[in-house]
Amino acid sequence: MEANNKQRGAVGRFFHWLGGDLKDIGLTFAQGDWKTKLSFLIMGFGQLLRGQYVRGVAMLALQTLCNWFVFGFGWPYFSKLLTLGTVATHKVNRVTVYGDNSFLILLYGLLTIVVILLLLLLWRINLRQNKEAEGILARGKKLPSNYSDLHSLVDKNFDKTLLALPVLGIFVFTVLPIIFMICIAFTNYDANHQPPANLFTWVGLNNFKELFGIGGSSNFGGTFFYVLGWTLVWAFFATFLTYFLGMAVAILINKKGIKLKKLWRTILVMTIAVPQFVSLLSVGKMFASDGLVNADLLKWGWIQTAIPFWDNATYARILIIVINLWIGIPYTMLIVTGLLMNIPAELYESARIDGANPFQTFRKITLPYMLFVTGPFLLTQFIGNLDNFNVIFLLNRGRPQSMSLSNNAGATDLLVTWLYKMTINDSNYKIAAVIGIMVFVVTAVISLIVYNAMPSVKDEEGFQ
Amino acid sequence: MARKKKIGNTVAYIVLIVMSVIWLFPFVALVLQSFRGESGGMVNYLVPKQWSWANYRFLFGSGSKFLKWYSNTLIIALFVALFQTLVVICVSYALSRMRFKGRRALMNIWLVLGMFPGFLTMICLYFLLKQLGLTEAGAVPGLILISVASSGMGYYVCKGYFDTIPKALDEAAILDGATRAQILIKMIIPMSKPIIIYTALVAFMAPWCDYIFASYVAFGYESGYNVAVAMTRWVWTNDYQGYFTRFCAGGILVAIPVTILFMCLQRYYVEGVTGGSVKG
Repeated sequence: MEANNKQRGAVGRFFHWLGGDLKDIGLTFAQGDWKTKLSFLIMGFGQLLRGQYVRGVAMLALQTLCNWFVFGFGWPYFSKLLTLGTVATHKVNRVTVYGDNSFLILLYGLLTIVVILLLLLLWRINLRQNKEAEGILARGKKLPSNYSDLHSLVDKNFDKTLLALPVLGIFVFTVLPIIFMICIAFTNYDANHQPPANLFTWVGLNNFKELFGIGGSSNFGGTFFYVLGWTLVWAFFATFLTYFLGMAVAILINKKGIKLKKLWRTILVMTIAVPQFVSLLSVGKMFASDGLVNADLLKWGWIQTAIPFWDNATYARILIIVINLWIGIPYTMLIVTGLLMNIPAELYESARIDGANPFQTFRKITLPYMLFVTGPFLLTQFIGNLDNFNVIFLLNRGRPQSMSLSNNAGATDLLVTWLYKMTINDSNYKIAAVIGIMVFVVTAVISLIVYNAMPSVKDEEGFQ
Repeated sequence: MARKKKIGNTVAYIVLIVMSVIWLFPFVALVLQSFRGESGGMVNYLVPKQWSWANYRFLFGSGSKFLKWYSNTLIIALFVALFQTLVVICVSYALSRMRFKGRRALMNIWLVLGMFPGFLTMICLYFLLKQLGLTEAGAVPGLILISVASSGMGYYVCKGYFDTIPKALDEAAILDGATRAQILIKMIIPMSKPIIIYTALVAFMAPWCDYIFASYVAFGYESGYNVAVAMTRWVWTNDYQGYFTRFCAGGILVAIPVTILFMCLQRYYVEGVTGGSVKG
């Protein structure tokens, strides 16, 4: 109920703001002089006539560019957005007739929507600049000069200069593709619907229905929850085992009387430094059925037949978690070493006087402190492990596959490796998109819950 | 008491030595295999019966494009390190030092974007690059573009560091007539050497492991591979028997410079990860 109220509040605020803004636009037109009025049509006109050439030229250029994009390029795509195209490329009497391309229609259609929104925003800024300039002139003051406009880009408006390119890059190569893929989840884009020969179209929530087992013949829903379950189990073990063992190793090396501390650390840190495709591929091969480990065990007569490390679901899962320790322990050790030294020595001293044994001091002093300080680190580690592509993929590519799982999922596949396989091997883009959205949902939910439960968020003053 | 301590230390040393052996074993095995003269994929002994440079000679011979792959990766790594560091510094400075409309919203949107799995957008990115002519033969600039374009979202560590530099310094500089740009270039950057080295180091190391996008963007075009893609194909090929020892040799040549660089700059790395990941 409360959330509902809050939402209505936000919506109400939006309309309130919109109303105010529209009124302001109307007033700007009614009270403005002819230069301002013309600026409603030709952006930057007022600025140019008032001598603010930099602003005027920029506005005019942006308007021309946006208009050219929308009307000269984007419109044919935008207008077909609702159907994603109707005429596939086909052959009539051995002559190819080019038709629509759903992929391009969706991508460029989305881009056109964004450019139109951008144009609206620029238009609004343009009006505001006109109104301001009129106000300044009416008070008998001078307008900011072209030089000061340019100069503000390295001073007062330096943030705009700095962020322009990064934001543009993130928009084109992250935001637009993500919106595009979210849309794909609501289409039937797969191996049988590859434009331009076969168009794809909107199918509503069908893919999600299939995921939750309503309709559809394949065992997609069951497979999804199987893979999700292993993803969570893996992330849990990969995060907490490496965390506690890494801390133990750090404490061991920090121990008084241990010499060559630097040497031990350097040896362990090798696994971080060596590129993972080298270390993981060679370790993975070592445990293959014809690998060094099996070959040696056979040679020594400890086993009669090779152990199928990578072909047995349980072995493979355990082995992956163990090998991940090899990668993860040094990383935790690096981070934890410095933090351990920050724990006030008096705490340990008084614990010793009170007769606490080492295990008690660890449980009562070291662990609470470390959990408090490294809470955010654990969360990022957990999220990172949910998407830990390299370890799984380079070690055994998600094998062993099983007939009971749909879409070529394997017993050690994480959601992301499954998504990858579906994109690369099966061209099953619609399902890949659905899984991607589910990964996002899982990540977001876990982050929210953990973040709100974290002691360092609840109680910022603890341990200070 | 002293005797108890001595036993404790002995146990600790034993544990450490065992761990060192486990941790180093795969690398030692890799080196030994790379010098193995006899053919065959995996064998049941470690020390080669016949030492030889043949695997290394193969890499540099005309039969393989190893040098091309190596230079591809090096070029990608250098450019990504340079541009990514620049982008991260720009974004961090703007978010740490300037207060502007939409700053919170921008940070929140980027946080949410980061929760989508990276490979989700693979086909779309491939298509965008293809439009620009940056796939297959153009894979190297294409990969640089993709890595750099989205790098602005990885500002956390660097911004966290900038936040610790007192704002009073900025205010003093502004009173002296410095512009924001001058403050960034003349004051903040020289004071942030450790974090800049950390950013560049991480950016430099990532392309050496990049398998996913690199293999997709190069799309079977051999001259566009980086080392990770090419070496991985060697291991996974059906004829891996013949290529396994060559993979080992190639892996060693890739690992040595990256490892040495990392070891030299390890101090900055530790400072970066601890500072960035454990801020309450």
